[in-house]
Amino acid sequence: MPHHTFFKFIWPSALTMLVFIALPIISITIQSFYIDHEQVLVTVENCGPFGCKEVTKVDVEATRALSEQKPLGKFNGFGTYTNRNHLAFSHISEAWNAAPNLGYFIGEVLNLPFYKALSFTLTYTFIVTPCVIILGFCIALCVNRLPSIFKGPTIFVSLLPMIITPLIGSLVLFWMIDAEGIIGSFLKIIFDDPSLSLKASPTLTWIMLIVYGIWHHAPFAFVVFYAGLQTVPKDTLESAMIDGASKWEQTRYVVVPHLMPLVVFISLIQLMDNFRVFEPIVGFNAQASATSLSWLIYNDFRSGDGAMLFGSAAATSILTIIGVSILLTPIIVRTWQSSKPAVRG
Amino acid sequence: MFFRTILTAGAIGLLSTASYAGCGIDSGSVRIGGNDFPAYQAVTQAATGCSGDGVSVTVDLNKDHKDRQVAALTANPAEFTSSIANNSALVALMNDGLVQPLNNLIAKHGSGLQDMQIVSIDGEVMAVAFMANAQHLFYRSDILEAAGVAPPKTYEEVLAAAKAIKSKGLMEYPIAGTYGGWNLGLEFINMYLGHGGEFFESGSAKPSLNNAKGVATLNMMKSLSAYMNPDFLTYDSNAVQADWEAGKVALTNLWGSRAGAVTDGEGSTAEIESNTKFASAPTVAGGTTPSTTLWWDGITVATNISDEDAEATFIAMMEGISPAMAAANPNKANWLISGAKPRATGVGVVESAKGGALPYPMLPYMGSMHNAIGSEIVDFLQGNETAEKALADVEAAYIAAATEKGFL
Repeated sequence: MPHHTFFKFIWPSALTMLVFIALPIISITIQSFYIDHEQVLVTVENCGPFGCKEVTKVDVEATRALSEQKPLGKFNGFGTYTNRNHLAFSHISEAWNAAPNLGYFIGEVLNLPFYKALSFTLTYTFIVTPCVIILGFCIALCVNRLPSIFKGPTIFVSLLPMIITPLIGSLVLFWMIDAEGIIGSFLKIIFDDPSLSLKASPTLTWIMLIVYGIWHHAPFAFVVFYAGLQTVPKDTLESAMIDGASKWEQTRYVVVPHLMPLVVFISLIQLMDNFRVFEPIVGFNAQASATSLSWLIYNDFRSGDGAMLFGSAAATSILTIIGVSILLTPIIVRTWQSSKPAVRG
Repeated sequence: MFFRTILTAGAIGLLSTASYAGCGIDSGSVRIGGNDFPAYQAVTQAATGCSGDGVSVTVDLNKDHKDRQVAALTANPAEFTSSIANNSALVALMNDGLVQPLNNLIAKHGSGLQDMQIVSIDGEVMAVAFMANAQHLFYRSDILEAAGVAPPKTYEEVLAAAKAIKSKGLMEYPIAGTYGGWNLGLEFINMYLGHGGEFFESGSAKPSLNNAKGVATLNMMKSLSAYMNPDFLTYDSNAVQADWEAGKVALTNLWGSRAGAVTDGEGSTAEIESNTKFASAPTVAGGTTPSTTLWWDGITVATNISDEDAEATFIAMMEGISPAMAAANPNKANWLISGAKPRATGVGVVESAKGGALPYPMLPYMGSMHNAIGSEIVDFLQGNETAEKALADVEAAYIAAATEKGFL
C-alpha cells in the first residue's frame, strides 16, 4: 500500500487516539509532578450556632496571588510518587533496616496504602484471569454440544452476568451474601457456623470479590470461545476421530491449539480489565479489607470536602498504566514474535 | 363535591403563591443547589415562592452536592447563586473564596434572624445557619428494661448495658455504629473529642493525635465493636437504620436527622418504634463533653455572581428559612429559626448541645485528617496492628495528603 493511501486510511483513528488517549496521558503525567501551592493560613475568630472559637483559615487573596503566578501549582518532581501514599521508598527502607525478619518487613510494606492495594489488585488479576479462561472454555464446550433448540436460551442466560452493570450486580450480591441474606444464611447452614460472615474477614472478602470477578467475566470468555468453536475445521476433527482419538484427545490436540489465538486475546483483555478492578469494591463496601489501584484514585477524588488530591490521583494513574504495560509485555512480545514470518530450515 | 374541594384548594394555593411572588424582589436570577433531604426540600420549596415577574428561582438538590459544589461555584457566573452548606462544606467553599460575606445583605434584609444563626469568620458573616444536626444516643427502652439497666450516660455504661443484653440472650449484637469509610473517621473524631483530644498542634496543621487520648479512643471503639454485627466495617447510616427498624439493635449513636425516620410509622413495628428513645450522646472516660460533633446547615451566597442576583438570592433564601416555613414543617429538622418549637425527636441533638458537645472542627485541613483516620484505623479494628501503630499511620497518611494540599 502506498504511504499516502495508508495515511488517508489511518488519520481519523490516529487523530482520535491522539486526542482521547495521548493528550490525557500527557496531561496527567504533567499533573502528577505538581502539588498545590503552599496555603497561606491566618488565625481568625469563628462564631456560629455553637459558640466562638479561634480557627485558622486560608488567606484566599494571598493564596490566589500565588496560584496566579504559577497556575499549575508547585513543582514537586517525583515527590508525589515517592511519598507514603504511593511508592513510599523511605518508609520501605526504614522498615527494611528495622525488620528483625522477612515476615515483619512484608507486614510493614503491606501496611502502606499503595502496596496494600497492589497486593489485592495482583492477586485478583492472576486468579480471575485464568479461571475466567478455563470456565469460559468449559461453558462454551458444553453449550456447543447442546441440541440446537436449547442453545439460544442457554446462551442468553449465560450472558446475563456480563450484561448486568458491575456496580448493580455487586450491590445485589452484597445483600444476598449478607449474614441475613439468602446466600449468607445458606453458607451458615452448610458450614454449620452461625457466626460466619463473608464481609467480616479480609480473607473471605477477597475470596468473595474474586468469585464475583469470575462470575462477572466468564460470559465474555464463553462468547469468544463459542464463536471460535464454530470455526474448528470439521475435517481435522473427523480425521482425528478416524485415528481413534477420544473426545478428550480431540479437544486437547485439535480444539485447544485451534483456539490458542483467542486465549491470547482474552488474556490481554482480561489482564487489562482485572487490573483496574473497582466497582465490586465500591458495591461490596469492601474498602476496609480490599482496595485496588483504581479505588485509590477514586478515593483521592472523593476525599471529603475540598480535600481532593489531583496530583496524587494522577501519580496513581501513571503507576497503573506502568503496571498494565508490565503485565501485558510478555503476551505482546510473544504475539509479535509469532506474527513474524517464521524462518524455517 | 370532592373535585370542587380540590379545585378550591388549588386556587387558594395559586393565590397564595401569587401573593408571595416577588417577595419584594423585582428582578434577578436565583439558583439554589444543595444536598437532597426533607429539610432542604422544605427550605427550597419555600424559597421558590419568590419566583414571579422578572425573578426566576430554580432548585437543584442532589445527594452528591458535596462533590460538585466547588466546581459549580468556581464557574463565573457561578452555576448556583446559593449553595446550602454545613460546617465542613463551608470550609471547602471558603478555601477557594467561593462564597461572599453577607454582612451588608443581613443589615438590609436580615432583620428576623437570631444571633445564633450567624456564622461569622473574622467578623465576616459567611453563612446563615437554619438547622442543627448531631449524632446522639438512640436506645430501646424495652430491651434495656428487660436487661435491668438504666439508659446509659457514658460509653462505659453503654458497654455494661450491651453486656447485660447479650448475656440475657435478648440480642446477639446489641450495638450498631456507622463504622464504614467516611463515617468511621467521624466516629473516631466524635470519640476523640469526647476524650478531650486535639487533632493538631495549636496554630498549625501538624497532626498531634498519637497520644494516650488517641489510644483510649481506639480501645473504646474496639470494645464497642465487639458487641456489633461482625460486618460492622461495612455499616453506613442506612444499614444502621435498617438494623434498628428490624429490631436487631438496642443501642446506637446515630444522626439526629434519622430520629424522625425511625419513628415515622414506616419500615418497622409499632412496638419497636414506641420503645425507641433518644438522649444526649454519651460521655467517655470520666469526661463531661458528649462524644459527638455538632453540625449546622446554612445558606451561603456565591462570590461569582452579579450584585443584583446576590441580593435576589439572599431575599429568596430568607423567605426559605422564614419562621413561617419552620412552623409549617415542624418535624423535618431541628430548626434554629426564631420561634421554632423544639420537636420530640430532636431531644438528642438539644441535650448533646446543652451538654457542651463541640462543633465539627472548621479547619481547612480537617478534611484531609478525616480521610486519613477513616482509612488507617481499620487495621487496628480488624486486630492486625496496635493502636499506637494505627495512629502513627494516620499521622503519616495525613502528612502526605496535607503536604500535597500545601498545608505543611
